[in-house]
Amino acid sequence: MAMALRLYLLLIVFVSSAIVSFSLYEDQVGLMDWHQRYIGKVKHAVFHTQKTGRKRVIVSTEENVVASLDLRHGEIFWRHVLGTKDAIDGVDIALGKYVITLSSEGSMLRAWNLPDGQMVWETSLHSAQHSKSLLSVPVNLKFDKDYSILVFGGGYLHAVSPIDGELLWKKDFTAEGFEVQRVLQPLESSIVYVLGFLHSSEAIVYQIDSKSGEVVAEKSKAFPGRFSGEISAVSNDKVVVLDSTRSILVTISFVDGEISFQKTLISSLVEDSGEAEILSPLLSNMLAVKVNKRTIFVRVGDQGKLEMVDSLSDETAMSDSLPVADDQVAFASVHHEGSKIHLTVKLVDDLDTVLLRESIQMDQHRGRVDRVFINNYIKTDRSNGFRALIVMEDHSLLLLQQGAIVWSREEGLASVTDVTTAELPVEKDGVSVAKVEHTLVDWLKGHILKLKGSLLLASPEDVVAIQEMRMKSSGRSKLTRDHNGFRKLFIALTRAGKLFALHTGDGRIVWSTLLNSPACARPSGISLYQWQVPHHHAMDENPSVLVVGRCGSDSSSPGVLSFVDVYTGKEISSSDIGHSVVQVMPLPLFTDSTEQRLHLIADTDGHVHLYPKTPEALGIFQREFQNVYWYNVEGDDGIIRGHGMKSSCAGETADEYCFTTRELWTVVFPSESEKIISTLTRKPNEVVHTQAKVSTDQDVLYKYVSRNLLFVATVSPKGAGEIGSVTPEESALVVYLIDTVTGRILHRLSHQGCQGPVHAVFSENWVVYHYFNLRAHKYEVTVVEIYDQSRAENKNVWKLVLGKHNLTAPISSYSRPEMFTKSQSYFFPQSVKTIAVTSTAKGITSKQLLIGTIGDQILALDKRFVDPRRTLNPSQAEKEEGIIPLTDSLPIIPQSYITHSLKVEGLRGIVTAPAKLESTTHVFAYGVDLFYTRLAPSKTYDSLTDDFSYALLLITIVALVAAIYITWALSEKKELSEKWR
Amino acid sequence: MAPIIRSSPALAFLVLQFSLIFFSSTLPYSSGSEDTYTITGRVKIPPSNVIGHLSKLSNVKVILNGGQCVTFLRPDGYFTFHKVPAGTHLVEVSAMGYFFSPVRVDVSARHHGKVHATLTETRRSLTELVLEPLREEQYYEIREPFSILSIVKSPMGLMVGFMVVVVFLMPKLMENIDPEEMKQAQEEMRRQGVPSLSSLLPSAGASR
Repeated sequence: MAMALRLYLLLIVFVSSAIVSFSLYEDQVGLMDWHQRYIGKVKHAVFHTQKTGRKRVIVSTEENVVASLDLRHGEIFWRHVLGTKDAIDGVDIALGKYVITLSSEGSMLRAWNLPDGQMVWETSLHSAQHSKSLLSVPVNLKFDKDYSILVFGGGYLHAVSPIDGELLWKKDFTAEGFEVQRVLQPLESSIVYVLGFLHSSEAIVYQIDSKSGEVVAEKSKAFPGRFSGEISAVSNDKVVVLDSTRSILVTISFVDGEISFQKTLISSLVEDSGEAEILSPLLSNMLAVKVNKRTIFVRVGDQGKLEMVDSLSDETAMSDSLPVADDQVAFASVHHEGSKIHLTVKLVDDLDTVLLRESIQMDQHRGRVDRVFINNYIKTDRSNGFRALIVMEDHSLLLLQQGAIVWSREEGLASVTDVTTAELPVEKDGVSVAKVEHTLVDWLKGHILKLKGSLLLASPEDVVAIQEMRMKSSGRSKLTRDHNGFRKLFIALTRAGKLFALHTGDGRIVWSTLLNSPACARPSGISLYQWQVPHHHAMDENPSVLVVGRCGSDSSSPGVLSFVDVYTGKEISSSDIGHSVVQVMPLPLFTDSTEQRLHLIADTDGHVHLYPKTPEALGIFQREFQNVYWYNVEGDDGIIRGHGMKSSCAGETADEYCFTTRELWTVVFPSESEKIISTLTRKPNEVVHTQAKVSTDQDVLYKYVSRNLLFVATVSPKGAGEIGSVTPEESALVVYLIDTVTGRILHRLSHQGCQGPVHAVFSENWVVYHYFNLRAHKYEVTVVEIYDQSRAENKNVWKLVLGKHNLTAPISSYSRPEMFTKSQSYFFPQSVKTIAVTSTAKGITSKQLLIGTIGDQILALDKRFVDPRRTLNPSQAEKEEGIIPLTDSLPIIPQSYITHSLKVEGLRGIVTAPAKLESTTHVFAYGVDLFYTRLAPSKTYDSLTDDFSYALLLITIVALVAAIYITWALSEKKELSEKWR
Repeated sequence: MAPIIRSSPALAFLVLQFSLIFFSSTLPYSSGSEDTYTITGRVKIPPSNVIGHLSKLSNVKVILNGGQCVTFLRPDGYFTFHKVPAGTHLVEVSAMGYFFSPVRVDVSARHHGKVHATLTETRRSLTELVLEPLREEQYYEIREPFSILSIVKSPMGLMVGFMVVVVFLMPKLMENIDPEEMKQAQEEMRRQGVPSLSSLLPSAGASR
């Protein structure tokens, strides 16, 4: 035993003799990694297509991104990701050179330089209350110093100079019950009209001088009834509103300040009327109303008289109106018909004049058209041409021009909510690979080039050739499984309910599918699980994933399960499960004969439901019925409850796959002093190689590797806010380790003067968490390692020999574990967005923490830096073991940023998955951008690296063989001459 | 250019303050019941002779309290956080290619939003909120230029080196051997039939 330990120790020393940091040469970028830039679902789009210069479109998105896209190819010229609380309310172009964005509920106005995206000015606007936020930039192509940007937000109307963002004047509209609905400024007029409703029953129009901000006139008129608040401005002096019954359209005209109402019953416009809804597109002298699943167009006459001019089926998306030549105004509408979409551009004044009618074949998996933005250009024959930017239901963005899709962007991938991995199909015997492999000569040539490269003898052309060769190295993007497990699929579920399969080799989308449900049109996706991972006997089955979705945003709304084949992307089946989904629990190790994994789904009534609903699964589950425990965290109340299975809910429903549970334990945190901010468990599929940890003095520590540990972090309610809001005395952070079977609190650690947010990672027997220390005013990282005390006695060799050890004693989750912990804290010089840990196939390779920093980079930090055994002066033996001298803060080595010089904008999560090769792990990071790379935390000790020079090896061997022959011939000769002598 | 600091008290329209020194001046204004202040500072990135992936000014972000507010730099390098309550805050700068120390910023309510800033990494106190990178960050390893040593150190190099040693140095060793002994050894070899290196070496060593 001791000998084995010594050997093992020697091996450790050998492996860990140097601090291996992830590092990359600049020419290796893109060999193992890929990076994709996105912007998110587009909310507003403004075209900038002047005759000179590049044509571009400025967009703002639901991911708080403002970006300038190339209209020709769809590439990003520049983009800025604003803060998470800085949602964009409006975007426009001022002076022809600045992009103006209004954000943060109308309280932040910024101007960006159109060509390069440099921020020019920023103005914070005063806001006192929540209100609509409206941005109005006058359409004035002249460089006129006089005009100003009008912003309404937070109850104030502001006029801001577009040149330097200077606030010219502001007007208070915060009066009780007054809601501003529209701010209108007629062209070439110095009067600004502000229309609002007082208590939803009185219309007030203020006329404000646009130069000084003085109120010139104020008119009001009471309305017999109430307004619903939905409003459409049809012209400079008229708006149309719905009343609170949603059956009467009211035209409010305020010519010269005189307000007049004109009511029109919707039933007088269409026969079968119901509740109406005013649609958002701004059309001049016309409005679009949705009644009874149909869209009707209502023209507003000069006297405020309404008449219906057209009606369309419901599935129609419309653009705002756009001035085209000769004072004409056009708008676009898009509707679906089978697998095609029809784009129609019509004149607003004359709906019979169709300027453009195009049909475009559209992928079914993009769903319906959500938004349309149009832009016109003058063709060579002086007629009008139109291009349309459309946003689909899956958030993708497409540019249509001349009946074709010019470019498309998969913007759904900017809002990934959950990620899992899947294997590619095994290579079949029949499939020929000869196409990919080169002839021997080509192969040799390639390697000689590489050799030249590695000896730095290559000419610039050679370097280019080498790079190209590396990029498309034969098997990188094949759609079959490889021996090392480098080729895999990452399955990503997006907020739009679309599933994407991304290839690890080059990041391309292998397939994508939009989820459907019989119960509701578009369920929102919640989470993804591995449903069927065939190996052993069920190899013929295709693997599949389970997508749990929900019809509606409320947690009590009915859930939807969808099973998707990973190889083909086809939805195998989709079922409406008839109960809500609160928690999905994959049962570890329980699979049926077709390798389907058993899952339990808890609903809001406290029942759990077993899936798949087969008698076989039920049989497996009933055998383990007494051993199934689960817990739930009620974060708002500060309660953690543990549950066990009770019985089938046969009494209440006939469903034999439904079970009732009983409450076993509760942990209640005092609400006045502690608030749960973070909970975390180990990844259920994590592999631990060895439980024993050998230290230098041949001492053995046994890791406590229970799967039933829950890490909980709480802070004082006061400290739950932002960093600046508390003093160190008021806030404390407490972390707990709780056994989820018995509810025992195994460990409690309190950090006085600290606060959240807590980002933690739990792996093997350790937790690492990041929080803010208010006293030092720095971020801190603490590591807690948990060891099993009950096995510590087994160190004695004699005990092992005589069989007096307890290594074979059964482990019970019910027994009270004897454990001890070691912990240590370090400063960390950056805010953190998320932390993950590398995972490898067998768990032998040392671990690295992957820290997503506030700058949207990912730092790989060796676990040895967060080892509680670090001391200030490690002994020689400890140094040999690889213990790093203790420093008060963790180092940031720039070369160990795995994202190198890239940023994963808006980083939200990092997912790791093991490759088949033990040394290697896949890392996938998602946010607004996507990033993938392959990591080898201890370098690739089990395979040759890509830049291994086979040619050099070959040349050496050839040279050696040649040398042997020559020397042999020489010695023969010498021997002969010697014999002659 | 002097920083322009705007503040908006409840009724007044605009206050411009020109301060000729680069000092983070702040002016309070009331908003409802709570007083909020403005933090203004400047990010200074030294002109670098390294051309490549280093940050452009337009891609620099300044982050307050770990993401509560994110702001960008104006062309002159100035940034402003508006509506910040009094208290102790943390300002971080995210710029590719540079490492900035987070800055502890104390906004004092008593002194009408006077700002006191300290670098948390070096504990250095700043008299003015001018943030400069602590160091440049190089994200890539530099490829070492071609050298004979690197070839020699490689496994193949070692193999070749060993061969060279065997081929050229062994005969030299043989020369040092006493001719008589050599003859003896050769005799022995002939008797055994197979010449072997192992049988040669000990005898060579023993001769000394």
